Amino acid sequence: MPVVTQVDTHCPYCALQCGMRLSPTTRQGGGPVRVAARDFPANQGGLCQKGWTSASLLDTQGRLTTPLLRRRRGAPLSPVSWDEALDFVADRLRELRADHGDDAVAVFGSGGLSNEKAYLLGKFARVALGTSQIDYNGRFCMSSAAAAATRAFGIDRGLPFPVTDLADAEAVLLVGANVAETMPPFVRHLGRAARAGGLIVIDPRRSATAELASLHLQPAPGTDVALALGMLHIALAEGHIDRDYLAARVTGFDEAWHAAARWWPQRAMRVTGVPVADMRSAVRLLAAADGAYVLTGRGTEQHADGVNAVSAWINLSLALGLPGTMGSGFGCLTGQGNGQGGREHGQKADQLPGYRRITDPAARAHVAGVWGVEPDSLPGPGRSAYELLDALGTDGGPRGLVVFGSNPVMSAPNTGHVADRLGALDLLVVADFVASETAALADVVFPVAQWAEEDGTTTNLDGRVLLRRKAIPAPDGVRGDLDVLNALAVRLGQPASRFPTSQEAAFAELGMASAGGPADYSGISHARLRAGEALHWPVPDAAHPGTPRLFLDAFAHPDGKARMAAVDHNGPAEEPDARYPLWATTGRVLQHYQTGAQTRRVPELAAAVPEAFVEVHPDTAARANVSDGDLAVVASRRGEVRARVRCTPSMRRDTVFVPIHFPDAQRANLITNPALDPVSRMPEFKTCAARLAPWPDLPEGR
Amino acid sequence: MNTHVVIVGYGMAGARLAEEIRARDPDAAAVRITIIGAERHLAYNRVLLPHIVEGELSRADAALHGAGWARENRVELLLGTTVRAVDRAGNRVLLDDGRTVGYDRLVLATGSTPWLPPIEGLRDGAALAEGVAVLHDLDDCPRIAAVAERGEPVAVLGGGVLGLESASALAERGTQVTVVHRSDRLMDRQLDGPAGAVLADALTDAGVGVLLGCQVRRYRPGTGLELANGTVVPARLVVVATGVRPAVSLAAAAGIAVEHGVVVDDLLRTDDPAVHAIGDCAQHDGVSSGLVGPAWEQASVLADLLTGADPAARYRGSAPVTALKARGIDLVALGETHTEPSDPVAEVLRLADPARRRYVKLVVRNERVTGAIMIGFPAGAATVAQLYGTPNAAPAEPLDLLAGATAPASGPVLHRQASSVICRCNTVTKGELVTAWQAGARSVDALREATRAGSGCGGCRDTVCALADALARAEPAAAAATADWAEIEGVAA
Ligand SMILES: Cc1cc2nc3c(=O)[nH]c(=O)nc-3n(C[C@H](O)[C@H](O)[C@H](O)COP(=O)(O)OP(=O)(O)OC[C@H]3O[C@@H](n4cnc5c(N)ncnc54)[C@H](O)[C@@H]3O)c2cc1C
Ligand code: SF4
Repeated sequence: MPVVTQVDTHCPYCALQCGMRLSPTTRQGGGPVRVAARDFPANQGGLCQKGWTSASLLDTQGRLTTPLLRRRRGAPLSPVSWDEALDFVADRLRELRADHGDDAVAVFGSGGLSNEKAYLLGKFARVALGTSQIDYNGRFCMSSAAAAATRAFGIDRGLPFPVTDLADAEAVLLVGANVAETMPPFVRHLGRAARAGGLIVIDPRRSATAELASLHLQPAPGTDVALALGMLHIALAEGHIDRDYLAARVTGFDEAWHAAARWWPQRAMRVTGVPVADMRSAVRLLAAADGAYVLTGRGTEQHADGVNAVSAWINLSLALGLPGTMGSGFGCLTGQGNGQGGREHGQKADQLPGYRRITDPAARAHVAGVWGVEPDSLPGPGRSAYELLDALGTDGGPRGLVVFGSNPVMSAPNTGHVADRLGALDLLVVADFVASETAALADVVFPVAQWAEEDGTTTNLDGRVLLRRKAIPAPDGVRGDLDVLNALAVRLGQPASRFPTSQEAAFAELGMASAGGPADYSGISHARLRAGEALHWPVPDAAHPGTPRLFLDAFAHPDGKARMAAVDHNGPAEEPDARYPLWATTGRVLQHYQTGAQTRRVPELAAAVPEAFVEVHPDTAARANVSDGDLAVVASRRGEVRARVRCTPSMRRDTVFVPIHFPDAQRANLITNPALDPVSRMPEFKTCAARLAPWPDLPEGR
Repeated sequence: MNTHVVIVGYGMAGARLAEEIRARDPDAAAVRITIIGAERHLAYNRVLLPHIVEGELSRADAALHGAGWARENRVELLLGTTVRAVDRAGNRVLLDDGRTVGYDRLVLATGSTPWLPPIEGLRDGAALAEGVAVLHDLDDCPRIAAVAERGEPVAVLGGGVLGLESASALAERGTQVTVVHRSDRLMDRQLDGPAGAVLADALTDAGVGVLLGCQVRRYRPGTGLELANGTVVPARLVVVATGVRPAVSLAAAAGIAVEHGVVVDDLLRTDDPAVHAIGDCAQHDGVSSGLVGPAWEQASVLADLLTGADPAARYRGSAPVTALKARGIDLVALGETHTEPSDPVAEVLRLADPARRRYVKLVVRNERVTGAIMIGFPAGAATVAQLYGTPNAAPAEPLDLLAGATAPASGPVLHRQASSVICRCNTVTKGELVTAWQAGARSVDALREATRAGSGCGGCRDTVCALADALARAEPAAAAATADWAEIEGVAA
């Protein structure tokens, strides 16, 4: 078969957004699509197995190609026409709003949606539905990092410098970030640090990334704040504090130090289990390096004190004088493909496009002006993701839910409870391209286009806006998300022009709505991106070259200074006891992405890691009467997950690890703790008290 | 109506209690706080005093509160003020300046006071004699540092934790310092004999003179400590570190039950339910720990009770860990450290490596670590300290603790099995690479084309390269036998 066209685009999965080239093999785009790696700064010609195999999603077995409708609870989902499905949904939405008020309908979005979709989804909620009840799965991902970075620097852009800057650094500290599995080509940027003996990894597990490190600190889960405070203490005691930088560029050091003064290294050792000598080495490596970065990931962020944890790492970086300098810095590693853009354009309960606060009158006036509505007609802030899911079908909670690009029945903590809440809804609508676990519960499913079937922008981990290109047409029967939003909005009485169906027009409107906000996209257009320009936001006008590096002159607070937050260690939200003596922690494996709804459908990936497993130290396994290869159950105070035992001598004896990608009884989130961070509302995914037992002897008395 | 809580003592326990109360009751809706502290300083971290002597930290660096703390936290703070007496009948305390302060609940957090042995020359009436110091308050630091500054010799009387930390700090500054200890074992409360010996050697290496089993006859100002055997240990300054006693005089004078310390129950109440005691001055279940960890746990429980945040909160004792803060010496001791191998029930394991200044003792009872000493094993010390007090069991092989949390990872790639993954990014196994090589992919690039190994992070490139080299050199053997790894390895090596 002749190769018809080649399309340069980006991977559908994670925030590295590796450059790839797709080669459809027929004019119609049918048949296999070939994937090749492309030389692009973020991936430098590398791809991981997820990227290489991504095209097989395009003709995956379970691809949805017709709308599905369940007329009654208990009835099966059956194929219907688009008009019938759209009419049904619009009628039910109208009824729910008429009977129970605007907030009776909620919307749940995703960090996997393009900027255009995220933007219009937020607008749809606020304008067409008039509901305050919108949030998205990024709450489970980036919210702690975002809140801490905003508090410290005034702006949250995951990496406020191009990812390629890391390559020149002699020391890189990765905290709770397993890049060797989650975004392998990223490791290409760590070469100098690794060779210089300056690659430091903090992770309760000896992860693939930790195995690359020169120094691995392996704290007990949930003790990150104590570790960061102990390291700040050492930095001061050993004279590594950059006093000139602090005086010129930072406020709040004294208060932050008063907290760290309580964490002399031996006390931090007692709580974390990290040797004092290793804390000292880590601090010295960072302080002495020619170029040093501190980067955080979900491991340190997904806690009920996740914002404090990130603040503690920011404090350490500021004390060493790293952020906002050329060749050094602080950043957090965004996870989802559009985790950055997805948090900027108004699908978060408290935000409007351009990373504006929904409570800010000026922001409301600006966005309402772009949308052609009255500022007062915009709802206020709504519930955060878990609180929203928790309220579904309750008195005063939403009775209808519209989900785009998310699989919350898998991704939310304490997910057994979330499934119950979804079951209590009057109406559940899901737009997806495969029959995800959440779609299977829905009353109506809209089959929508996927990544290579339409254009759309994403914003990658270093704030660069990228254009993903259409390579093949969507299968018959499938529509784009923008078409679905437009069709619903029109049925709900909105003018069609208010919900553009062209990606390019949607992006142009997004630019206007973001103009003047922290994440200003107004100078970016599809045309500039097509021309290959490398544009990092903010880009305030069409001639602006973009902003690859933020903060070199000043931080984004009015006084130009970064702010240290005085944070102390509180520890995990629940304690182990004799019944649940272990810590369970959760995470990803290389072969799967998020809840696995996509990657489990790729045969090569499913074959590599077909089922849930629990990594456990052989001693701990023996004590629980399970052996390598056995099925076991990991139980917490909320539920239990089934997983196959993998005896792993590098595990801490008090910790078991379960990946998050598998469905049904293998859902890791059946056990996780929904305790929320008071600021970011991030749930405590990474630490819960647990026990291990043989399957199928379910632990009694629960 | 909120409860007026009066805290006597603005040290580590008293200050912490106020913070814990305000964390639960930020608007002072439930509790009004008055703190009365004898020292003139804002709260500071007493534990850091040796580091101030050492010069590593400044006095300001030990601060726990800033100037605005009391105001911002709605705390009435009386600095430099001593409580002279408690009038329990009148629910009030009498201050040294003649004022009185009424209370609903009184919390004694008066800490401890250094105990001086009855040795001639240490005292001048009630005060310390010229040339004699203790290290207990912030104001003690400059005196000690000044002598060290002048390069004059110092003796430290007492080889417990505090004495050794002080001596180590002074040695670190270059001071000629000698520890004079009565027992023949350093840190005799925490260590057994062999551990004490290893520690003495380690300290000697660090430049600290150590004299054990010494009876001190008198201190001769300006000259030194005269021992019973006639020797004189030269010292322009003697730092006395022979232990502390709970500061109980206020409570005792008020008729509150006092043994070694002020006796409290699980609600941290004295025998007067309106009066509590926490920290060094308190004695719970027979124990006055003299450590800050228990003091802070008590502060947390008492704050739960006083604010009503958790009326069921109880203090049930602590599992304290002693970690020596001496540069270059990693020492942790916890739990029952004096149990001997002759114990009929416990498993007691000892390993001494005096040449390398290392020593381990582990006491395991019912699969739990109930006692440990670790000297010279930083990773093991951290692991056992963190394990202690948790519900988790000791490793099946207790000696595994020495390696730290976990054992090191796998060995060199050529020792791995055919099923082991070489390229993690693309899940390519050693066996698949060999198959590709045999099918004609004879270079690293060709292997990447064929298997994708090395096309992700690029991290396995060197490994793939080594494998290709080994295969090339093993050509005849490899062509014959498919993946006989021992053989290929033999050829490669
Ligand atoms: C040099 C040094 C190093 C140490 N290192 C460690 C260590 O590494 N780890 C550890 O766990 N512990 C250590 N400790 C012990 C630890 O400091 C104490 O356990 C802790 O300070 C106890 O707190 P507290 O509030 O009970 O007593 P303190 O901190 O002693 O505070 C008591 C306060 O009450 C005041 N006070 C007393 N009577 C009155 C009165 N009548 N009126 C008003 N105010 C009064 C005193 O002036 C003092 O400020 C160390 C102690 C010292 C001295
Ligand atoms: S999943 Fe991430 S690392 Fe892997 S190819 Fe895609 S963008 Fe690159």
